[in-house]
Amino acid sequence: MTARDEILARLRTALADSPPPVHVPRRYRRVHDRPDLVEVLIDRLEDYRAVVHRGIDALAGLLAEVDRLAVPTDIPADWLAGYAGQVRRDAPPLSPAELDVVDAVLTGCAVAVADTGTIILDTGPAQGRRALTLVPDRHICVVRTDQVVGLLPEALARLDPRAPQTWISGPSATSDIELNRVEGVHGPRRLEVVLVGLDDPLGR
Amino acid sequence: MNRPGVDRSGTGGAAAPATGSGRIRTPLPFPTAAKPAVADAQLRANLHRATRTIRAKRARVVDEVPDWEALRDAGSAIKADVQRRLPELLEQFEASATAAGATVHWARDAAEACRIVVALTRAAGADEVVKVKSMATQEIELNEALEAAGIAAYETDLAELIVQLGEDTPSHILVPAIHYNRAQIREIFQRRMPDAPPDLSDEPAALAEVARAHLRRRFLSARVAVSGANFAIADTGTLVVVESEGNGRMCLTLPETLISVVGVEKLLPTFTDLEVFLQLLPRSSTGERMNPYTSMWTGVTPNDGPQAVHVVLVDNGRSAVLADPVGRPALSCIRCSACLNVCPVYERAGGHAYGSVYPGPIGAILSPQLTGVADNASLPYASTLCGACYDVCPVKINIPEILVHLRQQAPHPVAEKATMRVLAWVMRSPRRWATALRLARVGAGPLGAYRERRSGARTLRRLPWPASAWTRSRDLPLPAPQTFREWWEKQ
Repeated sequence: MTARDEILARLRTALADSPPPVHVPRRYRRVHDRPDLVEVLIDRLEDYRAVVHRGIDALAGLLAEVDRLAVPTDIPADWLAGYAGQVRRDAPPLSPAELDVVDAVLTGCAVAVADTGTIILDTGPAQGRRALTLVPDRHICVVRTDQVVGLLPEALARLDPRAPQTWISGPSATSDIELNRVEGVHGPRRLEVVLVGLDDPLGR
Repeated sequence: MNRPGVDRSGTGGAAAPATGSGRIRTPLPFPTAAKPAVADAQLRANLHRATRTIRAKRARVVDEVPDWEALRDAGSAIKADVQRRLPELLEQFEASATAAGATVHWARDAAEACRIVVALTRAAGADEVVKVKSMATQEIELNEALEAAGIAAYETDLAELIVQLGEDTPSHILVPAIHYNRAQIREIFQRRMPDAPPDLSDEPAALAEVARAHLRRRFLSARVAVSGANFAIADTGTLVVVESEGNGRMCLTLPETLISVVGVEKLLPTFTDLEVFLQLLPRSSTGERMNPYTSMWTGVTPNDGPQAVHVVLVDNGRSAVLADPVGRPALSCIRCSACLNVCPVYERAGGHAYGSVYPGPIGAILSPQLTGVADNASLPYASTLCGACYDVCPVKINIPEILVHLRQQAPHPVAEKATMRVLAWVMRSPRRWATALRLARVGAGPLGAYRERRSGARTLRRLPWPASAWTRSRDLPLPAPQTFREWWEKQ
């Protein structure tokens, strides 16, 4: 008997008492009813030591201090308007060593969850491969206010499970030493979020 | 062993649920193993500080969730449903993951799981692997098996790295180096890391920085990574890993080959079910609203991440746990470790006393069920039955109930059985009981009066063997001068 067949047979034998069907009560909140979701998101992001900027205009100022910038191939041209530094597009794909020497990476995101301060990347538009946002030490992420949802159930409903996902809540951190939170271990040590509202024509 | 509803007579042949192997057994009985830990004041101070910190953090972030109890109810029910449908969900997961380009392997026990990982690593042409922190690989003693096969395994989680460099074993599910303070960690780094600066401070930030530098090159050049998974989604074939440092993302993203060792109980029916568990897990474990990083992958994504993706589904005793309807909910555990941090026994004895990789209250019910109770008989007694673990469990595992259930299954010494039979005979008749109490009082009368004069308490601190087994860790109260019934009759 193969291991597969044996394990499945063992499990079926183990269920010989035929447990009755289970009703899953889903009385938890599915939608966040707070009107100030963007403010909640900012509060949560800052609580985890991410740096939050408002408006696409802030981006130019941020990028002014970056010499070498990695970007996904489909980065909106507007985001780089006026940028004078070296742009490394991820085509052909940048090697880990090449990513290791850039100063920052600039991407968009798929969804942001206000309640937990979580930004979700699913390799969709303006996000690129997973390695792109992982190896550079500084991640600058543009979040549109129409990408902000209140609670996790709202976020999951917008996501395709088959796309690889990276959920980010603040910069890399550890609590392994006396349970003290220390920001910055192996992932990007700085996370900067540029929130772009619908009233901003460049944000769309 | 009494497992209701299950035919263990052997007629089921090879399909009968089988117990597991690996690091899930206590080499020593719990009271013996706990003795040096309880006597180590530094260790007790480290544990007290760490568990108190995390208890407070957890309570704060749980309090801000108005629907916490509804989430617990849903989480508990989803896991019960998973257990009821485990065979079909595993088949569904295998089909979905395979369709997405992953290769699914099955392992009956620890040795078989290790053999599969060794063979896959060799087939990839690698003689080293980077590892994401994983309870399953600790359980099957994968690092030892890889080493025996000439493959170096590098732990990349900071705490696992500390433990590995210290040639120690993890003592906590979530924070494996919880038993060390910063000065001890600094000492380990200086002794075992050639690249650590000689003037290294013991500030946590400085220690984390040294670990970053130490592992950076390894991440960027690794060809094979080994991980576990927090969740495996049946309907999509997706695997989920939650972490904080980014070492997980490094291992899950950069190497060519990714091997994930997953206990069969980790299944969730649908992707949507993550909306419950990704709320319950971070708040219960690290006391955060969300852990810094969560990675999800479904088979192979062309030109992004590992192009060879393997999943090793491990039984190793889980079918035996499933076979016991009372003990079965232990398989609901999502390894958050909230129960460890509130347990008065864990706080004093630490994780090593439990022997198994699963310490604390959940370990006290999970390990004996994985190995068979007879092989881990002292663990169900490593508890005061105070119930704090049940209160904090995000999936509402009734740990005290299962502890009592397992105590009934544990083999009892002949002397204890004989004592209990006599006691049962005495207690069956009110007259015999009253006589016994009177005799005990008369016998202990002068002793009680003496102890009361000496120490103000009617207790004995130390008795000769075999009663010393009781008084080693407790005082023995002496009978009161009169019983309640006698007092009542006089009123």
